Amino acid sequence: MREKIKVELKNLTKTFITNKNDQVKAVDNVNLTVEPGEFVCLLGPSGCGKTTTLRMLAGFEIPTEGEILIGGKNVANLTPDKRDTAMVFQNYALFPHLNVYDNISYGLKLQKLPKSEIRDRVDKILELMKMKDFAHRVPSEMSGGQQQRVSLARALIMESGVLLFDEPLSNLDAKLRLHMRDEIRKIQKQVGISTIYVTHDQEEAMGLSDKIVIMKDGMIQQMGSPREIYQKPVNEFVAQFIGRANILDGTIAEEKEGTVILDVHGVRYETEKTTGHIEGDKVKFMIRPESFIIGGKDFKAEVTKSVFMGSHHEYEVSLFGKTFEISENNPMRKITADTGEQLFFSMDPNSIHILEK
Amino acid sequence: MSDTKRLKFRSSMKTLWNLKNDPALLFVILFTLALVFFFILIPLYNIIMESLDSGGRGILQNYKDVFSRHGNMKILINTIILGVTTATISVVVGFIFAYVTTYMKIRMKKIFDFIAILPIISPPFVVALSAILLFGRVGLITRGLFGIRDAEIYGFHGLVLVQSLSFFPIAYMMLVALLQRIDPSVEEASRDLGASRFKVFTSVTLPLMVPGLANAFLLVFIQSIADFANPVVIGGNFTTVAVKIYQEGIGNYQFGTATALAMILLSISLSIFVLQKYYVSQKSYVTVTGKVSRHRDLISQKSITVPATVILVIFTFFVIMMYILIPIGSFVKLWGVNYTPTLEHYKYIFKPKLFQPVITTTTLAAIATPVSGILAMIIAFLIVRKQFFGKAFIEFTTIMALAIPGTIIGLGYVISYNKSYGIGNFTLIPPITGTGFIIIMAFIIRSLPVGVRSGITSLQQIDPSIEEAASVLGASSRKVFTSVTIPMIKNAFLNGLIFTFARSMTLVSTVIFLISARYKLLTTSIMAQIDVGRMGVASAYCTILIIVVSITMVLIKFLISRISTDQE
Repeated sequence: MREKIKVELKNLTKTFITNKNDQVKAVDNVNLTVEPGEFVCLLGPSGCGKTTTLRMLAGFEIPTEGEILIGGKNVANLTPDKRDTAMVFQNYALFPHLNVYDNISYGLKLQKLPKSEIRDRVDKILELMKMKDFAHRVPSEMSGGQQQRVSLARALIMESGVLLFDEPLSNLDAKLRLHMRDEIRKIQKQVGISTIYVTHDQEEAMGLSDKIVIMKDGMIQQMGSPREIYQKPVNEFVAQFIGRANILDGTIAEEKEGTVILDVHGVRYETEKTTGHIEGDKVKFMIRPESFIIGGKDFKAEVTKSVFMGSHHEYEVSLFGKTFEISENNPMRKITADTGEQLFFSMDPNSIHILEK
Repeated sequence: MSDTKRLKFRSSMKTLWNLKNDPALLFVILFTLALVFFFILIPLYNIIMESLDSGGRGILQNYKDVFSRHGNMKILINTIILGVTTATISVVVGFIFAYVTTYMKIRMKKIFDFIAILPIISPPFVVALSAILLFGRVGLITRGLFGIRDAEIYGFHGLVLVQSLSFFPIAYMMLVALLQRIDPSVEEASRDLGASRFKVFTSVTLPLMVPGLANAFLLVFIQSIADFANPVVIGGNFTTVAVKIYQEGIGNYQFGTATALAMILLSISLSIFVLQKYYVSQKSYVTVTGKVSRHRDLISQKSITVPATVILVIFTFFVIMMYILIPIGSFVKLWGVNYTPTLEHYKYIFKPKLFQPVITTTTLAAIATPVSGILAMIIAFLIVRKQFFGKAFIEFTTIMALAIPGTIIGLGYVISYNKSYGIGNFTLIPPITGTGFIIIMAFIIRSLPVGVRSGITSLQQIDPSIEEAASVLGASSRKVFTSVTIPMIKNAFLNGLIFTFARSMTLVSTVIFLISARYKLLTTSIMAQIDVGRMGVASAYCTILIIVVSITMVLIKFLISRISTDQE
């Protein structure tokens, strides 16, 4: 196995010019470091610049400004074939005229390796992928999942410094997606290759990454571990994008050592101080649906929606002119409120997160 | 705004600078630019300059001369009337064929497709020659069947017949493709709302096809007014502009008049082309990408299909006869007079001097074919997949070249390259008229646009990420092209090769200006034989030509299939 490689993006910017001669900044001053062997997901809604960033890494787009350092070397202006990257495409992009063996060995043949070595490596990777019986099939004779495995094998076999994924699972059905996700994570850990993975599926990002990078309008909103992103989003966008979130208004009533007292419509909660706000400031804070304590005494509201989901029970309640999402875990043998009935609840102070803006 | 311009300029400079990492790409781009420059733009430029030069009698004098002579106005009107008539008939016939084959459950669809490729693999005047053999003074039908003694096929009506038969396949193939893309559910909706089958046709199908019909009309019109071979062979006293250009230029050495006429023809042709490409084509109701969701329920009612089949079969039989007649004609002593079988026309041809054109043409076409075939795919690849400096220019000129009548290209080459270019006493470019080289270039320029267009069409259907996958695996742009692109667009490549060879073998208009004592071509020899009335010999030449083209077609197909199996 080769040494692990570090990837750095410095002030990376890509400006497109539309047919109407307008400038569109697809990627706007992005700075990002991928530590050797790290699995990083670029996550965001469509049009957020994540795919353009990935395509600049691979060399399909040339940055308008900024540097791309792979193993310390700036490759921003190199053609894709001169870069130490391998890529797995959304639509697999297998060569339709070649069989599995020839597809996988394509890159090795270009390196003019001896035939016996190529055969050994292809056999090994087919073994790893459990695809030994498929070596002589052509892409049109395989299912989507099988094609994606070949596509992954074709990239892995290159033993490149960086592995790039462009929404590789979005064309697969839900069950297969779950299975392939685990597979990708397992193999990435095994091989230890630095990986950048583009997706718009937050669950996929949570399940795969060491680090998640949330993007919007070409800019990075936040980066951090899945836990940080979920529990401590910096703004409303991130909070809403990852999981479900209630964004509510409150006032800082009192500052203490490391904590603040937050006034929520007359109810006071002591919670962790995460922002620079001072006493008297009006703030927005986030609380996840699962962080309410059902049956608490702090609030009373009318239920506008009540759905039993099996593992949990979902409510929508109307309070202070806003709609709250509340979910109760494990509703087994509990009495639940129907639409039109009153629900009593409190907030878990530990789960309140005050937003920066 | 200026900021946007600066950014645009900077990014194009950046792509230009990055080309140094890709020498193969750079070389191809430069080569293509040079080709377009020397063999399309310079000839056109020289025609414009020559047409404006009347020896100091004012810059528009040549045009005034053209219009002041009564004969020329007549010729211009002739050309347009011919174009309109031919285009109308071709579109009507082509549409009937297309409708019947896509909407009705009938057999023999293969035959219709076959007659559609006949005009491609045979020289343009095969139909004209057949028409003479059938309807001429000693024609099989006119004289043989009806005993008419003074039948006259030469002239407007003969020309319309011959051109319509040659050009309706263009309309047919275009309209079939469009009809197949109409989603059947649209017509079913109309039926469901209470329309009769006829009403569906008049209220849905036909209106949907209007842009397509207009498109086909304009394309056939361009072909008709550019046509040189048919008017020469069968036009008689009915002269068209393309023929007049040749007569003035090569016959009378009146290059002023010839170039002025050429400019007039070119402007008509180009404006129609621009109208077709940038206006009518955009109007299409039938979405290009839309896939038909399911199969159409074909009309199988006997009362409709049987008469339709009968009419088409009679027509098809007639077309096929036009082509079969030529080989037959080459084996009889004297058409219309003495139908004794003979080989004397072939014996006549198989003398070294008279057989030379066959060898010359085949050799030059064989050289042009791979060059043009490969170049067309490369240019298509560049246009669809790459961003580079000069791309819009290459795209525009190569596609536009389709609309330049062959006679004009030929005239442009004669004017431009019958002299040497150089600095002082040092010759940079010697005169190249009369060489095999310029004939090969003519072959390439005349076939390249079609190849580029079919390459573009098939590349657009292939997901670019497949090529990106190759390049990310370490393939250079040259390697991506040879190992991934070409195998995927193999059919377009194959058809491009076949088309180039067939086109080169059958080309008349451009090369008639370029032949020399050393380089006599097959098509021009055939015309010379028709001119002196040796129909038998002309037919024998034609037959040989058709055989050479057919054999090569099979050969190319075989070679391509071999190449691709070797790779695996």
